[in-house]
Order: sequence, then structure tokens, then C-alpha cells
Amino acid sequence: MKTFTYTKAQSPEAAVAEAGEGVRFIAGGTNLLDLMKLQVMTPDKLVDISRLDLGRIEQREDGGLTIGALVPNSDLAADRRVIDGYPVLSRALLAGASGQLRNKASTGGNLLQRTRCYYFYDTATACNKREPGSGCAAIGGFNRIHAILGASDKCIATHPSDMAVAMRALDATVVTLKGDGDRRRISIHDFYRLPGDTPEIENVLEPGELITHVELPGPPQGEQLYRKVRDRASYAFALVSVAGVVKVEDGKIASAALAFGGLAHLPWRDFEMEAMLVGQAPSTALFEAAADKLLAGARGHGSNDFKIPLARRTLIACLRDLTGV
Amino acid sequence: MHFTINGQAYDADLDIRTSLLDLCREHLGLTGSKKGCDHGQCGACTMLVNGRRINSCLTLAVMHQDDEIVTIEGLGTPENLHPMQDAFVRHDGYQCGYCTPGQICSAVGMLDEVKKGWPSHVSGDLTSAALSDEEISERMSGNICRCSAYPNIVDAISEVAGLTPAEREVAGA
Repeated sequence: MKTFTYTKAQSPEAAVAEAGEGVRFIAGGTNLLDLMKLQVMTPDKLVDISRLDLGRIEQREDGGLTIGALVPNSDLAADRRVIDGYPVLSRALLAGASGQLRNKASTGGNLLQRTRCYYFYDTATACNKREPGSGCAAIGGFNRIHAILGASDKCIATHPSDMAVAMRALDATVVTLKGDGDRRRISIHDFYRLPGDTPEIENVLEPGELITHVELPGPPQGEQLYRKVRDRASYAFALVSVAGVVKVEDGKIASAALAFGGLAHLPWRDFEMEAMLVGQAPSTALFEAAADKLLAGARGHGSNDFKIPLARRTLIACLRDLTGV
Repeated sequence: MHFTINGQAYDADLDIRTSLLDLCREHLGLTGSKKGCDHGQCGACTMLVNGRRINSCLTLAVMHQDDEIVTIEGLGTPENLHPMQDAFVRHDGYQCGYCTPGQICSAVGMLDEVKKGWPSHVSGDLTSAALSDEEISERMSGNICRCSAYPNIVDAISEVAGLTPAEREVAGA
């Protein structure tokens, strides 16, 4: 590990004041220290935010929840308000990592997890995300876990988080504090970036901008589900995952929110596909048409070609479960 | 830097990069906790920090100066074993023993999570945390045993949890 200087922030304002070039915030540290040991990430300075007062989950008057950025994944998953109102979020969190990691990993840090692309982790290989301009060894290499949607010729990495997939289905908002003291509220739908020509830039946070909270709107109506398909039954990243919130009323789909993990550089959501479902009577034919729409632009890279039929079948199975067809 | 480990106060002069695991093993002579992968994948380094199980390899010692840290040395002694240690011995919950301190610390932390009502991935009902063999396997998946002593590990943990044979067989989802 490359050495660094360390300071412990006493307030969010003090934390962002310490930020700048080569500075990283550390909370749980479970992903950052993993990457620092391999020198994939080499910050000059760590600002410890782990003891800031951002560890609470609060009910807002509008019925929604405000989740402090430092709430550990395990506490969020087990919170009774989350279990009752947002079971898709509890299920997504519980499907991720291990008990030990969930006890340490924070809500804000989970949103900022880096990809588990083998080549991003291997400093002996080319990776535009790790070393911009060096190329992409995953294209033409081993790419079983890689993206089939929204990738570029610079990067085919996927976002690894389960939690973020549920947050996307739940229309979460990321609340931040910037170095100049301004606060921002960023819709989760605008938070992540596709890789394009700059895969090293994964979200819209400015340098030194600190996530302080994540807000959820009031609990959605309808059935909720998180299904994760992976190579082993526990403690593995998703090949394909679906976070679904679907309401059926009078025999027709009244609303549908479907977000996908394992398919793209960000938790994927296709609003046009959801619009196709709304107002229709649930049926296998409808679900197949929705899967066609979702995957119309899908492209495999060899070892991950299987993800296209897998995503199709997983979506159809989830929609059946959500609608009772 | 100052630390409280197994109820004892320690001072150490550390490189800022030192993990909590390396602090214990390399600086304080507490070598019960083991280093397997050093990346949070195997669980051999599991300790209890403020009562919660974590991977001590994936956290910096400097961040834990205000915490109550418990390692396998703090759970029991050879003369006075912790019930989980005793159960692992009687059920032969190991072969080489390298993962065992992490398994035991993790199991103690896990049973506390169940007591708090925390659900797991295999819980059919998120509002109940009834333990079973399936639940134990899921909740202990962050601890790898390359000797594959898993059946005996589950036996040991289920005994400490007080599960009946019928309770052990309940499937979650």
C-alpha cells in the first residue's frame, strides 16, 4: 500500500474542507482499503468520516425516509421501517456481501463501490478505468461478469452494488455537501454515468463532494422483490439481478419500477419498457415483449453472451412473481 | 495510538497503513486472529468491534482507537473456554484450525445479530429471525473453511443456539 496522510473529520463541513486532489473520504473502508492494498487506488490523504453524525435513519413528515450516509448496510437491512415499507431494499442488502462486510460497509460507500472487473483489479493489465488511455483488457479477454447494456469500446465493466439497484427502483435521491458548503440533491437516475470515453468518471459527484444522506420517497404501493442470480448461493456478486416494484389494480398493471444489476456500468432502468407494461393486463406475452424491449440493444462480448437470455428469463420470472401470473 | 483490546489497554507506535489485524498480530502478540486472504473474502481475521463482527484486515487500526475490540483471546481461555469454543472442540468443527478463530468470533457475533432480530437472505419472513441450519450456513458465508468442516461447524453453532433437530431442518424461503 502506498502511504498517505490521515485526518479524522469532526464535522461534514470540516471533511469537505479537507478534500481536494488525491484526497479520499473513508467510512467503512471495505472497498477502498481492498483497492489501496493492490495499489489500484492510491490516495495521498484519507479523511476519516466514520465518526460523523450521519448514522441515523429518520422518518420524514412526507412519509419518506432519510438515511444517513454512515448507516451500515446491516442496520439498514434490519430497520423495521425499511422492512415494512421497502422490503426490496432489505432484500437487496441481504443478498450482498457477508455479515462481516455488511456490518462495516456504509450506505454512501456502497453507492460508490468500484467495479469487480478482473482487469480493473490487476495492475499488470490494461484498464481505461484504472489508467485512462491504457485500453480495455476485458474486451476480447475474460468477460463473464461484464456488461451487455450501455457499454463502450473503452469499458465494459459493471456496477457491483445490490443496494444501488434497489435504490434505483425506489427513486432515491442522493444528498451531498460540496466543498463550497453548498448542498445538492441528485436523483439516483442522474447520479451514475455510462462509461463512454471516460470510464474513470463513474458518477456526477464533484471532487471533494461528500454524500451525507440518501432519501427515499414514501413507500411505494404494490409488490416488491429482489432477485439475484449468481454463481454460488451466497457471498457472490450478481450476474443478473432485478429489483422490482409492481402494482396490479383491477387486473391491469398500474405502475412498474424495474432496475437491473450486473448488466451495465450503472444500475440499469428502462422507463420506456416500464411504460409498455403500465395499463396492460399481465401476461407472459407482455413480459416477453418487455424483455425484448429491455434487451433490444444488448451486446455480449463472448464469455458474457449468456447474460442476454439469463436477463430475459430473470425479468420474465420476476414479473410473473410480482403480478401473480 | 491507544487501543482497548479484550479489556486491556495497549499503546502502539504504528505506520498509518497498519490494519487492525496487523496491529494485533504483529505489534501486540495477539496471534489468534488469522490472516488468510487479507481482502475480506475468507473471514479468518474476524473480530468483534463494539460487539459487531467485522473483517479486521479491511480496516485501519488508527480508526479504532475509541472502540472495544474483542479477539479470540478475549472470548475464552484454555482453562475456561467460551461456550462456542467448547462446542467447536466437541463437534470437531475444524481440521487444520486456521479458520477457527474467525469462525468462532463470527458465530458469536452472528448469534447476537439473530438475538437482535436481524433477517438474512434466506429468511422467508424479514420480520422474524428464526435460526436453522440453512440460516446458519447463509449467515456464516463470510467464513471460508478450506478443510470443509462445515457440517460440524453448523452442528457446533446450532448447539450453542439451542436449536432442536426440528428447528434445524426448517427451510427459510
